[in-house]
Amino acid sequence: MTPLLIAQIGLTLFVFFMLLNSAAIMVYVERKVAAFLQQRLGPYLVGPKGLLQPLADVIKLMFKEELRPKAADWFLFALAPIISASCAFAAFAVVPFGAETTFFGLLSEPIKLQVADVNVAVLVIFAIASMSVYGIVLAGWSSNSKYSLLGGLRSSAQMISYELSYGTALASVLVVGNSLSLTDIVNGQSGYWFHVIPRWFIFLQPLGFLIYLTAGVAETNRAPFDFPEAEQELVAGYHTEYSSMSFAMFFLAEYINMVTVSAVATDLFLGGWHGPLLPESLGWIWFLIKVGALLFFYVWMRWTLPRYRYDQLMTFGWKILLPLAVVNLLATAAGVLYFGV
Amino acid sequence: MTLFYLFGAVAVIASLLVIAQRNPIYSVLLLIASFGALSGLYVLLDAPFVAVTQIIVYAGAIMVLFLFVVMLLNAPHEETEHDEKIHPLRRPGAMRFGAVLAAALVVELLWALTRSSGEPGAFGATAVSSVRELGRVLFTEYAFPFEVTSVLILVAMVGAVVLAKRDPRAHT
Repeated sequence: MTPLLIAQIGLTLFVFFMLLNSAAIMVYVERKVAAFLQQRLGPYLVGPKGLLQPLADVIKLMFKEELRPKAADWFLFALAPIISASCAFAAFAVVPFGAETTFFGLLSEPIKLQVADVNVAVLVIFAIASMSVYGIVLAGWSSNSKYSLLGGLRSSAQMISYELSYGTALASVLVVGNSLSLTDIVNGQSGYWFHVIPRWFIFLQPLGFLIYLTAGVAETNRAPFDFPEAEQELVAGYHTEYSSMSFAMFFLAEYINMVTVSAVATDLFLGGWHGPLLPESLGWIWFLIKVGALLFFYVWMRWTLPRYRYDQLMTFGWKILLPLAVVNLLATAAGVLYFGV
Repeated sequence: MTLFYLFGAVAVIASLLVIAQRNPIYSVLLLIASFGALSGLYVLLDAPFVAVTQIIVYAGAIMVLFLFVVMLLNAPHEETEHDEKIHPLRRPGAMRFGAVLAAALVVELLWALTRSSGEPGAFGATAVSSVRELGRVLFTEYAFPFEVTSVLILVAMVGAVVLAKRDPRAHT
């Protein structure tokens, strides 16, 4: 085995491990931020400042009994959380999170900080996002419970509706970036306008960024669009009947999807690992800061905004967001043709 | 070549199981598996764009709608079960018509497969792997079929809305 291959395998395992970790960190951050927004303390007993709370949660979940409804379709009931979790992990494989590096001269040639450099990366993310609907839909159907079924149906309707705006917002960035590869798009955002404003696509695509963010929240089923699991109406939606580790897998998938959506937004709109002050080789620090800021925004929004009504969600998605996204795409294409950005 | 046989086998077996299943939900899922294997074959053909589009359009968008409908109807079994106990010649017209169509398909497939395959056209693998080239060809050379297809889909959509919104009292 060449050192390069070992480095690549190591990188893959590292990404996998860090994604698992990020879910644990996000659980802690979510609980802490929620507590502060509601003037509580949040978890503080397990470990210093409650930092070991996610670990305690995991242990608790592992020792819970694995329940299965009698009338459930056992095969699909077991398969659904696996689909959800593996789609969540798979999507991050094509996301670059740093410039090419030799690890301070350890390797003979630089490797990309990315698991797989696919030249249609943006579409791969989109494809995997569209596959992850199945996890939720099948969970809802196979549980054989009316709340689960309603949650599953809602989620498929919601994800199909918002996928269109999501894809159209992505497409307008592709037009500006003139590439389907995430690495190329990030590299197109290096440098500055007038030596001050960074050349991030958010300044060219402010509307596209907002549409992407909104549709991203809907795609990850987070509040204020958390209809598939609306507690007050559907108990817990599609995962009502799940317990123990299969429930944990849905939980994990939700947080990893959040991380992936934020990471993709960082790559597409916020210049990826490009930023002032730090050298290129430490660009991943900028990447982490930007992803962290977006994730905080997600949590902040969840505890600030109440849930919409279901018909409001559909009206907003089809009658406001999608036309806006289409107009944005047309305007972008016209602008690129006219000015030749 | 191993990968080709792997994906090919998955695609063929999954497709066969689609029609062998009693439960429509499993049929839908197996069809998705078959589409996934097809997409793998496209990757082997050096056409990642087509592969990903296959997943997005067929496995992602269209099959979700199929699943949606099957779930809403909540049909655990096909409705043909009691028909299968009848003598083949006395089954309902739709089934006999289906058999005729299936036979026609088999004949067509045999005809197509036994023909000597000529050289692949100018639109080779390198052209398909480049998104830019694909877009250019689609909007110049194949612009007419492309636009006609979109009109066809529009017609189907309008038809579906008309059928769904039709007032049943209007006919009586």
